[in-house]
Amino acid sequence: MADQMTGGAMRWARVAGRGMIGLRLDLGDAALAGAVTGAAGVPLPAPRRIETAGARRLAWMSPDELLLFLPAEEVPAMLEAIRAGFGDGFAMAVDLSEARALFRLEGPGAREALAKAAPVDLHPDAFGPGDFRRTRLGQVAAAFAQVGEAPETFELVCFRSLAEHMATWLDTAGAPGAFPGVFARA
Amino acid sequence: MLLLTCPHCGVSAEETEFHPGGEAHLKRFGPGASDDAFAGYMFERANPRGVHFERWRHVFGCGKWFHLARCTASLEVFGAYPADVTAPPEEILAKIRARRPGWEPAPAAKPAAKPEGDA
Ligand SMILES: [Zn+2]
Repeated sequence: MADQMTGGAMRWARVAGRGMIGLRLDLGDAALAGAVTGAAGVPLPAPRRIETAGARRLAWMSPDELLLFLPAEEVPAMLEAIRAGFGDGFAMAVDLSEARALFRLEGPGAREALAKAAPVDLHPDAFGPGDFRRTRLGQVAAAFAQVGEAPETFELVCFRSLAEHMATWLDTAGAPGAFPGVFARA
Repeated sequence: MLLLTCPHCGVSAEETEFHPGGEAHLKRFGPGASDDAFAGYMFERANPRGVHFERWRHVFGCGKWFHLARCTASLEVFGAYPADVTAPPEEILAKIRARRPGWEPAPAAKPAAKPEGDA
């Protein structure tokens, strides 16, 4: 399976070496949320948002769930630090690095490629930098965020078992002639 | 196509991002209930043309369950409300009455009479 496509309106690449920690906690509990933000050094994201600090990102997954992206080698120490912060609190931190595959989409066509497959308003006024959305791409559960502006860059995760399907889909969606040009004309 | 707003994460999306969970507020009768009561819980469903209460799950999003009041004829959505209630809240009923004057909720299901000798 291809792990990248270069040139054209959208370039994509599979991102390796990124760890992911799944977090379940009451986001309104200052002590529990503080355990995460303190250890990760990333602010708590608002609903449907992602926060970035250096090589780490913290995404809002649901009212009681966060997903922390960080360099893979930092995962064991981070898990230990967050769990220490949770103490006896009703919260959970789990290494989910192998659960999902991460893709990076870049270029003027990236936004439109996503818009073709997700039931999401991707107009730049409705979805911009720092916005994070769990949804579907075609029939596959996925989540994506805009992480860069010039050129427009998105990061996308889906379950690892579906990574090959996603790679094939990205190739098809990003092929020359596959862009209707809705956002480009706007 | 239905346009739904998830009360948990605030996402508005069309129905394909969600999964329907069938009629809301079904009542399961406890141990000792009659076969009729259990059969009613298991198989009998309202199929109204008009106001209907349903369970939905934001399956491709935050993953949470919620309740929805909508019209099966016009697909108008009156509102969404939490999953952990056994009846629609007054605020939702008020919204429905405002849009459907004269409408009243169906009476709650009653357990069928127990067969004689049942403890
Ligand atoms: Zn939701």
